[in-house]
Amino acid sequence: MSTNIPIEKKVLSENDRLAAKIRTELTDRRIVALNLVSSPGSGKTSLLERTLETMRDRLQMALIAGDVQTENDAARLTRAGGTIVRPLITGGACHLDARMVSGVLDELDLSRVDVLFIENVGNLVCPSSYDLGEDMKVVLISTTEGDDKPLKYPSMFRRSSVMVLNKIDLLGTSNFDPERVKANALQINGNLKILEVSCTRGDGLDEWYEWLAGMVKAKKKR
Amino acid sequence: MHELQIATEIIDIARREMIDHQLGSLEEIGVVLGALSGVDPEALAFSFEAATKDTALAEVRLNIEQVAVEARCNACNREAEVEKFVFICPHCGSRDLNITRGQELDIAYVRGEVETS
Repeated sequence: MSTNIPIEKKVLSENDRLAAKIRTELTDRRIVALNLVSSPGSGKTSLLERTLETMRDRLQMALIAGDVQTENDAARLTRAGGTIVRPLITGGACHLDARMVSGVLDELDLSRVDVLFIENVGNLVCPSSYDLGEDMKVVLISTTEGDDKPLKYPSMFRRSSVMVLNKIDLLGTSNFDPERVKANALQINGNLKILEVSCTRGDGLDEWYEWLAGMVKAKKKR
Repeated sequence: MHELQIATEIIDIARREMIDHQLGSLEEIGVVLGALSGVDPEALAFSFEAATKDTALAEVRLNIEQVAVEARCNACNREAEVEKFVFICPHCGSRDLNITRGQELDIAYVRGEVETS
């Protein structure tokens, strides 16, 4: 005889359990954790490079550089210096999950860390389903992409708290409309904080640094 | 394309439920998929077939219930329909909406035959 067995369980409940554990540990240590997501080539590594270089005297930063293959990004970021950088090679997987992050965190000395950056795999779809225990997701989009991307990937833009619009030095070289991308993003997520930057020229980065410092300060107070 | 990993998770959970409930065979797995889950239903169905092919679960049907996005407006406290992912309250224009449905990535049930000893 056939029976129906109700389960009502999240498919990713094991990931969510590990993510909650990571979140508790990082919160106990007053560490701000940011999960950086974007398409490949939007400038996650560039933004982190600039941030490590500029903020190394003000903040203790740790960084997990996720990639499908190669440790190139981790090497670039290590050169930016003054911090703990660990590569996380997924070996084919299109996203990081909480188990992978947990494995790296176990080997890190977090005792003096203020900020943990988790650079996810370049992909606007899959990483949206996986909680990594972060405080928030920061989504990057660059002016060399389509300005309708928030509409194409609503799940990611809805789950992110900050949108960094990068490569504003290249505005005017394509038909990318910065006002349209902002309107599209806010239509998906009205609470999104939007920062406009150029990681090569430096525009707007001071605002990003101050936002970051503010996050650290707020977390220490809690 | 993380649907293959999702399919594998679903299969693992279903296998554990089979053991816990002493099911000798499995006929169907019910999954609830929100439009904002980040998982594509067709890719999931395809991945599930690929993952179960030539295994003991090859005949198991994956029943995917798709759920549209629903929200409640925090400003006027009314139900706000979200069409095409436009998160703007149709009643008062507020962008401050709480999603009430549409993010599900749940395994709802398994159906199978109880083992007769």
